[in-house]
Amino acid sequence: MLNSNCIALIPLLPIISFLIIGLAGRRYFPKFSGILGTLSLLTAFILSAIVAFQYFFEVGKVDGVYQKIVAMKYVWLHLLPNVSIDMGILLDPISVMMIVIVTFISLMVHIYSIGYMHGEPRYATYYAFLSLFTFSMLGLVLSTNIFQIYIFWELVGVSSFLLIGFYYEKPSAVAASKKAFIVTRFADLGFLIGILVLSYYSETLDFQTLIARLTTEGPYLSSIAGASFIGASALTWGLVLVFAGGAGKSAMFPFHIWLPDAMEGPTPVSALIHAATMVVAGVYLVARLFPIFSHSCPQALDVVAYIGIFSSLLAAVIACTQTDIKRVLAYSTMSQIGFMMFALGVSGYGGEEGLGFMASMFHLFTHSIFKALLFLGAGAVIHYVHSNEMKDMGGLRKLMPITHITFLLACLAIAGIPPFAGFFSKEEILLACWNSNKIIFGAAVLTAGLTAFYMFRLYFSIFWSKEFKSHNNNHDDGHHGEAPATMLLPLIILAGLSVVAGFVPFSQLVTSDGAGFATEFHIGFALGPILIAVSAIILAWFMYSKESLVPQKVADSLKGFYTAAYRKFYFDEIYLFVTKKIVFNLIGRPAAWVDKNIFDGFMNLLASVTVALSEAIKSFQSGKTQEYAIYFFAGTLGFVLLFIYLWT
Amino acid sequence: MNGIGLEHILFISTALFFIGVYGFLTRKNMITMLMAIELILNSININFLAFNKYLYADKLDGLFFTIFIIAIAAAEASVAIAIIIHLYRSLKSIDVDDADLMKF
Amino acid sequence: MTNLTILIIVPLLTAIAVLFCRSSAQVKWTSFIGSIIQLGLASSLMYAYISERAMGNTAQMLFQQRYSWYSALNIEYYIGVDGISIAMIMLTAFVVSAGILISWSIQTQVKEFFFLLLLLSVGAYGFFISLDLFTMFFFLEVAVIPKYLLIGIWGSGKKEYSAMKLALMLMGGSVFVLIGLLATYFSTDLGNGIHTWDLMKISQIHIPLQTQLFIFPFLFVGFGVFTALFPFHTWVPDGHSSAPTAASMFLAGISMKLGGYGALRVAMYLMPEAAEQYSWIIVLLATIAIIYGSFATLMQKDLKYMNAYSSVSHCGFILLGIGMLTKTAIVGAVMQMVSHGVMTALFFGAIGMIYERTHTRQISELGGLLKTLPFIGTVYVITGLCSLGLPGLSGFVAEMTVFVGSWQRPDAFHRIATILAAASIVVTAVYILRAAGKSVMGPIVNEHFLHLKDASWNEKVASVLLIAAILAIGIAPFWLYNLIAPDAQIIMENIARAGLGR
Repeated sequence: MLNSNCIALIPLLPIISFLIIGLAGRRYFPKFSGILGTLSLLTAFILSAIVAFQYFFEVGKVDGVYQKIVAMKYVWLHLLPNVSIDMGILLDPISVMMIVIVTFISLMVHIYSIGYMHGEPRYATYYAFLSLFTFSMLGLVLSTNIFQIYIFWELVGVSSFLLIGFYYEKPSAVAASKKAFIVTRFADLGFLIGILVLSYYSETLDFQTLIARLTTEGPYLSSIAGASFIGASALTWGLVLVFAGGAGKSAMFPFHIWLPDAMEGPTPVSALIHAATMVVAGVYLVARLFPIFSHSCPQALDVVAYIGIFSSLLAAVIACTQTDIKRVLAYSTMSQIGFMMFALGVSGYGGEEGLGFMASMFHLFTHSIFKALLFLGAGAVIHYVHSNEMKDMGGLRKLMPITHITFLLACLAIAGIPPFAGFFSKEEILLACWNSNKIIFGAAVLTAGLTAFYMFRLYFSIFWSKEFKSHNNNHDDGHHGEAPATMLLPLIILAGLSVVAGFVPFSQLVTSDGAGFATEFHIGFALGPILIAVSAIILAWFMYSKESLVPQKVADSLKGFYTAAYRKFYFDEIYLFVTKKIVFNLIGRPAAWVDKNIFDGFMNLLASVTVALSEAIKSFQSGKTQEYAIYFFAGTLGFVLLFIYLWT
Repeated sequence: MNGIGLEHILFISTALFFIGVYGFLTRKNMITMLMAIELILNSININFLAFNKYLYADKLDGLFFTIFIIAIAAAEASVAIAIIIHLYRSLKSIDVDDADLMKF
Repeated sequence: MTNLTILIIVPLLTAIAVLFCRSSAQVKWTSFIGSIIQLGLASSLMYAYISERAMGNTAQMLFQQRYSWYSALNIEYYIGVDGISIAMIMLTAFVVSAGILISWSIQTQVKEFFFLLLLLSVGAYGFFISLDLFTMFFFLEVAVIPKYLLIGIWGSGKKEYSAMKLALMLMGGSVFVLIGLLATYFSTDLGNGIHTWDLMKISQIHIPLQTQLFIFPFLFVGFGVFTALFPFHTWVPDGHSSAPTAASMFLAGISMKLGGYGALRVAMYLMPEAAEQYSWIIVLLATIAIIYGSFATLMQKDLKYMNAYSSVSHCGFILLGIGMLTKTAIVGAVMQMVSHGVMTALFFGAIGMIYERTHTRQISELGGLLKTLPFIGTVYVITGLCSLGLPGLSGFVAEMTVFVGSWQRPDAFHRIATILAAASIVVTAVYILRAAGKSVMGPIVNEHFLHLKDASWNEKVASVLLIAAILAIGIAPFWLYNLIAPDAQIIMENIARAGLGR
């Protein structure tokens, strides 16, 4: 059945291709690197598809529940008598789903990049980094151990850093990569301390033991729930801190500022890392620890829910005002991840209670498909137009018909129009919210409407609006602007999946407790959100399908708010103020000053005192023999007197 | 010889010693200074002999020391004169104040 | 290889052989071959050690040798190794080999340079294998004095000032150590007024608490000066920055570890009760060093100063681990010694390679080096990532072990110290990425940089050697952990025997 060596190959293949391409690719086979990387990823994808098939259908449910299978586990570092960091492979519905998504999207991006990155001097390096990322991401989702996930978490962060900064000659890319790394690093500090808190009380780092110990009544649970710090129990602190790490990677408020800038990386990278896979790591982490959140600490789950909905709404508002198409997509990613987060936040555990969990995972699944498609489509557009700005685009539907159709399908999917993929997952999320928290439900419906609006604003601005005028003579050679086949193939595959992915019976496969449940489709409930989405699309059509002054007027009438949203509510400025003004000027500079002047100054003072002292007494050393003789005789005489009269 | 006691001899040797010290401290000519040192040494020799004779007449230790000091004094004089000659060669002077190179 | 004395004799003979070489090429090759033999010896020693342990030899120190050296004062040449010393010996072998390879382009007074470098390694090996306190002190001094000459003669910048400062401060540290050692010696009465310098024997004697409380600060501060104990760290930035590349590598890679090793082996092991009493001060100072060092690093404009200050911060982890008094934290401290040694040696190596080509170390004057110097640039980025604690590289493992170990102290003081120390990894990320982003990445700022030559073979070998060590620790930390853990356990048991352990 499940062959553990076979499973181990899934993460190992990318790391092997990373080593081969990274060490030798650039010098010996620069052109072939892309093919090599793609082939290894193809194998990994096929393997993970087989594993998924076997897991879901051949091994299947035992006692009506999908079991968690530890396929492999090695002790990596035995830190304490009963705590060790392990490296292993854990299979359960969410990890199996994730490896399929990761390998699949990664494969698409690999294929796409063959065309997109063609002619790039550091082509081999690019593929090496992609492989490294895929390895880290697979390691992350397959982790058996909370420390293992942290290790791969950091590795994912660094691959993201390397890929954002791929065009390292551009200062903006370097700045963006730094920003992404440092912001997520800051969040990871919370994660690390959260791990330390959780592991200290539960005396384990292993996920299954951890969950078992912290969800059942017993000494572990009572000790962690009993220990309190500033008004909250250690358990709440631990979980909230772990969630902070997740919020960092998943670009949730207040750690969201890195994601839009991360778009400085090559577009396929944005599709893979900053849309489909890495950014959902935070959602995955919360899902991984969901039993603890749900059973033992509803307060922490509320934090997840409110952060999720707030980020989602915030990002949707900002997305409506951005003009860089990749930034619009970035904010839409943040908004959609917010959906996944609050879906988890409102969910209960087990059976139908766990609808939110299921919906979140479902949305993660469908979102990764259509968001990757959107990014790859945007990449094709950018490849053609050589600009990220909406004002440079328009009327591309005639020039890029295939891209146009696939992009439209993705927009429909994300807007939640039936029967496309996003509709089903979003419906489940809204239903879960309706069942538990009406405030979140209201905000979620509003956000869904905004999503439809800004996505179609984007769509109309790119493909309709004005006629396209090329700034680049190369394109006026009679061809229409369609990208090469390697770029179109992933678009078409992903577009096909965006249509059908919604019909996957997720509630049977991926649920909070592993047991399936039946979902009912409430046509009456679904109607409202659909109507809102459709009217938002019509509004977008009205405003953006032709060049008009309407958008400008709307913007003017909302002046202050529009500017604030356009400026992303000044979060960047606030962070810059805190780092530059406070950390650098108020901590760093004084620290350096104190070191130079106080501590070093003290040492120099000691030295100068010594020098001054020797200056003062050096005149004794006159070089005159007879003076020395006087001192000598005087000394002798002194000693003689001393011994005769004072020494008794 | 009854009138002459240990004190008399010690008085002479002390006088000799301080004459030597005075000479050593005031004379600028290195040869003279060397001679002053010889005076000091000889005052000590007298001391040794006197103590030997008056206090431990049955022993010869004082005598030995005297001979020892004379030998040392001879060696010392030759080394000192060698130094003086070298200083003269380099400084063209045997004034002790000119040989003040070894200061701070 | 079970005769430990060879470990001292080989570098000594190499150093002497270097004096008889005629050309500078001969000097370099002789030293290189010598260092390779050292590396081989150290590896075979580790192999012998591990197989001995695997065969069930549970003696605390293996391969002991003991000769009377100066019997009037009971000074013996007494050597032996445990896992901690083995780890440090491997570190020394790696860093010395890499340092010799990096120094290939030294032009002036080649013979003397390599002689002194090899002499330093004699001191380091001797220090790590000594079990006699006086012998240990002897080798400590051997490892200090050549540095003065190395910096003063081959250094750059205000080298005389730095050389003097470094030598004086380290000597000051040595004085403290010497006072502490003498006090220890005279507080060991084996009966009949016979005293001993024997580390093993002293560890069995219960020194009265009052005496311990008196001796411990001398020993700890003395060794602490070597390992940049706050506020005695100010020799670090100037010393490292003025030193020639190989000397910086040696200084940061090995010399600072002499202090950590001494603090652990002598101060902690012999004075367990005092260590317990003073541990809060150690933790406090270490935490200050970590935080304050990292913030001071933020403001540095010179690559070498930056790395020197970051060494202050990183060595804080060593002291923090030692001060936490839990087994895991102590293992973490030793791992941090090894990891930081290798990492910082590579860092200084990379900076040296950059400096040699661009003739500047100012971050603002550098830029885009990855384009023209892909190898050196990559090395710089890798070591930077190691410094900021990327998993898979050595820094992460060591720091995490320290954190997990520190977290076992449940009171608020130690918790806050751990959190602050952990927070420094964010600051580390800021300064490392800032420096890497400006100097290695970004656009090329100087046309002169377009014609630079990438690393030569010796520089490549040196870098690969150190990177291999970093990866070996980072990817498979368990071997290092298993090497160190039993001996950390023994140190902890000594503390426990004092009736205070946890």
